[in-house]
Amino acid sequence: MGYKAKFRVWRGEGGEGKLEDFVVEVNEGEVVLDVIHRLQATQAPDLAVRWNCKAGKCGSCSMEINGKPRLGCMTRMSTFEENDTITVTPMRTFPVIKDLVTDVSFNYQKAREIPSFTPPQDVKPGEYRMQQIDVERSQEFRKCIECFMCNNVCHVIRDHEENKQAFAGPRFLMRIAELDMHPYDVADRKNEAQEEHGLGYCNITKCCTEVCPEHIKITDNALIPMKERVVDRKYDPLVWLGNKIFKRSGSSPAKSG
Amino acid sequence: MTQTTAGRPINEPGQRKQRAQISARTLRTDRWWLAPAITFAALASFLVYGFWAIFDTSYFVEPYIAPFSSPCLTTACPEGARFLGLAPIGDWFALPPGFLILGLPAGFRLTCYYYRKGYYRAFWLSPPACSVAEPHKKYTGETRLPLILQNIHRYFFYGAILIALVLTWDAVLALRDENGSWGHVGLGTIILWVNVVLIWSYTLSCHSCRHITAGRLNHFSKHPVRYKMWTFVSKLNRRHMLLAWLSMYSVMIADLYVRLVAKGIVNFPFA
Amino acid sequence: MDIERHEYDVVVIGAGGAGLRAAIEARQQGKRTAIVCKSLFGKAHTVMAEGGAAAAMGNVNPADNWMVHFRDTMRGGKFLNNWRMAELHAKEAADRVWELEAWGALFDRTKDGKISQRNFGGHEYPRLAHVGDRTGLELIRTLQQRVVALQQEDQELHGDAEAYIKVFAECTITRLLKQGPEPEAPISGAFGYWRETGRLVCFDAPAVVLATGGIGKSYTVTSNSWEYTGDGHALALLAGAKLINMEFIQFHPTGMVWPPSVRGILVTESVRGDRGVLRNSEGKRFMFDYIPEVFKDKYATSEEEADRWYDDQAGNRRPPELLPRDEVARAINSEVKAGRGSPHGGVFLSVVGRLSPAEIVRRLPSMHHQFKELADVDITKEAMEVGPTCHYIMGGVEVDADTGASSVPGLFAAGEVSGGMHGSNRLGGNSLSDLLVFGRRAGAGAAAYLDGLAARPVISAETLQDAEQEAVAPLSRAGGENPYEVHHELQRTMNELVGIIRKAEEMREALEAVGKLKERAAGTGAPGGRIYNPGWHLALDLRNMLLVSECVARAALLREESRGGHTRDDYPAMSAEWRRKLLRCALTPGGEVAIEEAVQPSMRDDLIALFDRAELSKYVTADELADYDALVKES
Repeated sequence: MGYKAKFRVWRGEGGEGKLEDFVVEVNEGEVVLDVIHRLQATQAPDLAVRWNCKAGKCGSCSMEINGKPRLGCMTRMSTFEENDTITVTPMRTFPVIKDLVTDVSFNYQKAREIPSFTPPQDVKPGEYRMQQIDVERSQEFRKCIECFMCNNVCHVIRDHEENKQAFAGPRFLMRIAELDMHPYDVADRKNEAQEEHGLGYCNITKCCTEVCPEHIKITDNALIPMKERVVDRKYDPLVWLGNKIFKRSGSSPAKSG
Repeated sequence: MTQTTAGRPINEPGQRKQRAQISARTLRTDRWWLAPAITFAALASFLVYGFWAIFDTSYFVEPYIAPFSSPCLTTACPEGARFLGLAPIGDWFALPPGFLILGLPAGFRLTCYYYRKGYYRAFWLSPPACSVAEPHKKYTGETRLPLILQNIHRYFFYGAILIALVLTWDAVLALRDENGSWGHVGLGTIILWVNVVLIWSYTLSCHSCRHITAGRLNHFSKHPVRYKMWTFVSKLNRRHMLLAWLSMYSVMIADLYVRLVAKGIVNFPFA
Repeated sequence: MDIERHEYDVVVIGAGGAGLRAAIEARQQGKRTAIVCKSLFGKAHTVMAEGGAAAAMGNVNPADNWMVHFRDTMRGGKFLNNWRMAELHAKEAADRVWELEAWGALFDRTKDGKISQRNFGGHEYPRLAHVGDRTGLELIRTLQQRVVALQQEDQELHGDAEAYIKVFAECTITRLLKQGPEPEAPISGAFGYWRETGRLVCFDAPAVVLATGGIGKSYTVTSNSWEYTGDGHALALLAGAKLINMEFIQFHPTGMVWPPSVRGILVTESVRGDRGVLRNSEGKRFMFDYIPEVFKDKYATSEEEADRWYDDQAGNRRPPELLPRDEVARAINSEVKAGRGSPHGGVFLSVVGRLSPAEIVRRLPSMHHQFKELADVDITKEAMEVGPTCHYIMGGVEVDADTGASSVPGLFAAGEVSGGMHGSNRLGGNSLSDLLVFGRRAGAGAAAYLDGLAARPVISAETLQDAEQEAVAPLSRAGGENPYEVHHELQRTMNELVGIIRKAEEMREALEAVGKLKERAAGTGAPGGRIYNPGWHLALDLRNMLLVSECVARAALLREESRGGHTRDDYPAMSAEWRRKLLRCALTPGGEVAIEEAVQPSMRDDLIALFDRAELSKYVTADELADYDALVKES
């Protein structure tokens, strides 16, 4: 059943490092993370890899396998040929700590910059009434397991470190969309999305959607609808005029309805 | 108990802020260049064809008019080709009639969320494929001129609706024979109808359309009709890319076919 | 070597549901709070919870209320539960769930816009607030985002987001620090290391809340992640606190059995709540053969009746697939042992043909995803192969129900690491609500403790030094034993000898093996440096796993009956006498695990009166029943 596979794993600390070759046993039904664990147990006890649930639910074991962002626990060995060399590297967009473990604090910092859920003051816990169809869009985005592979693959910051300041990345632009579509959120998020979190940097080339292990349609369902909501606010004279004339209620016209 | 001072951590973990030094532009081992290459070839062929077609004058033959030249709005247009028999532009416009109206569908496709992905990847290599480094030093995306103009997509969508209506009218007129009697169905009629269905599907599957129907609302449950429309558009929208390609080729084929008939190259009885 | 020092009011160890809820409460009460967790923020094991959070909101069936929930919980735990905890839990769970909604959680909805509730094993009414089958993720994300919201508030008020609540992610606590060595000396802090850098860190704090979860990593087949090394259990023991109910370990009946690398990963119970049925290799729906006497009147005896129940719960009895987890696990175990198992040693769980494919994907999205991606099985077309997996430990730190306080001043515990709430067996869905209810109570308990404290206990230099030496020891034994091998050996031992069905001689054998492994563990070494060195981390975790395993084996050996998550081959019956006894683990000054028997306090009159006599008579002694009769007569 088992066979010997050729692995090349990036090893190093703080940026410096190189790809190291290993030959390691692989059994039927295993995933890449199993093989990394076998390397730890048999050949490289200090090989660093981040992982938790091993079931694709926690989003810890993000890495790049043959150059593609993948979860180690969701990449079945059976998708490779037995004589392939499998190259495993840390996520490229974030600073590396050691081996396959990267410093993902960028993401936590961005998370903190997005204003939190803002319900109306007068609704008490237990009084919320929402229809299923009204929560479904945001629910899709809340499937996110925060593996940060979308932020890792996005060329806006992957290829341009200097954009990190201005761009929150697909994960957190999606978070803005999630809140903006929340039936009870009253905060106005459109200008901010564009001005402070860099929605305009997105050129919808959809790599975030391609790598999402939860198959969230990040681009089609979050980023583009958010771009359209921004257009309502900033770039659409008709909507602006309509709002002037018909005086929609509330301070947040695009939130009406 | 009173608050105590935290004392900022002396030393945060992860001090060395450096990415893994990997010189390869990508470590992908699959043929990642294939998709952008195909997109490039396909879009380029369309551009080449479009450039030729717009200067080609054999765009009308009873009962067909080539989509690239419709609606025909100048007095230079042959009698039967004129939209609703009118020539509102008059005779001062000397360029081929396509120039007057092609801006709408071209702009619609140019600012389309799918085509943007296609040409940003295939033409501008930004990025050529996922996790393949782009060649540009700087990147500002759609935050400034000219790309910030992509945000006017929805106006092109309104324009595209008009064009789709015109093409539908053309397809209706194609149900007449060359003498004007109704009931004719030639190969051209079928081609024009297939094209018009695909054009409509592509146009309605537009992300802006999805937004306009109900995407902008936060309470679908209060707008059941708009929600129904949104659901329908969302279904189409999932195939936006496919529809973009199909309708692009269908319009090209329909256009070419009409011109071939007009030139007399295609002249079999059921044309 | 220099040690990083921090000063806080409350240190919460663990950032799962209980830890975050405790930290939020402590911060909301104005305490400076540190959250210390082994993983990244938001990755805790809570994300794995699928089914939902049980709370008697009565949204789907208005007949539900806290009393029914209380009864179900006690019944599920075979009356061994700390009844006060079960009471608080049943009363407060709804408020905790509603509170999440106000923090941004988006649960699935009923037609009238309320939080939808689903059926689950052991719950009389549809009771589990859920989001598809990823409720744990919703819960942890909501709490995570609540922490962030509080930080944003602090940023605005104090100019420092981390002024009052800070997350120390990827940081492992190896010791609790105290003012002195005696068990009753108060807590003064916690000691550990940064996983990322290997740098040592000391928290100076008068209150510590343990919220470290369970112990599953001592078993080979488990649904638990690597973090579940029993850290909190061991830290509490070492600090002088007591553990109770350690013999009760829940084996979830339906873990994946194939492929081997994901063996143990959970298949949510909601599959069974949503019409899933269990069949053996002969195609027989075998659960009908395993309805125990105490449940006979509540479960359907024919497939027709069982199938009618999904649509009409009032007029029919429940399908036996929805028996409490211990019953289902044992039934599957028996079927496999009798040779009627599936090819990979489980049984078949199927929803094929019982729901439309679209409905399956909508109702069980993450199960569909999990099987597709991990096992290449499409559950809309094929049956799943499932078998029991080590899932949850009912036992843990003995705490005060109202405050979560342990016997050590300043030490609190909440969630899986605490013991008592679930008795001998936990109902599905009661875990998430447990985290919220007792997480909040432990946070509040810690805050109240601080308010009553005259002076901050100090960290004795000696204990700090000991902790430091212990932490770095494996690094200096570079040629020492491979910790991975010791770990595998321990997992095999526990899985085979103290697993789902237990025998006295096997457990004795296990204890002997654990004793030997303890010696080997003391000699494990970790080559490599301090930076993110998993070998080193594992060598340190071994101490905890071994301590906890010993508690489990010793307690299991002593308890001569079968009850809930403790099944003795040599004592197959439940004993009313044993119901009145708790087994309490403590550490002797010499570092040995010692167990004493304690009396299970009797239920308060108004609570026991909630049960009917016929049911009680199955569990309690004649004396207790006489008291009950006297009580009923009086009223």
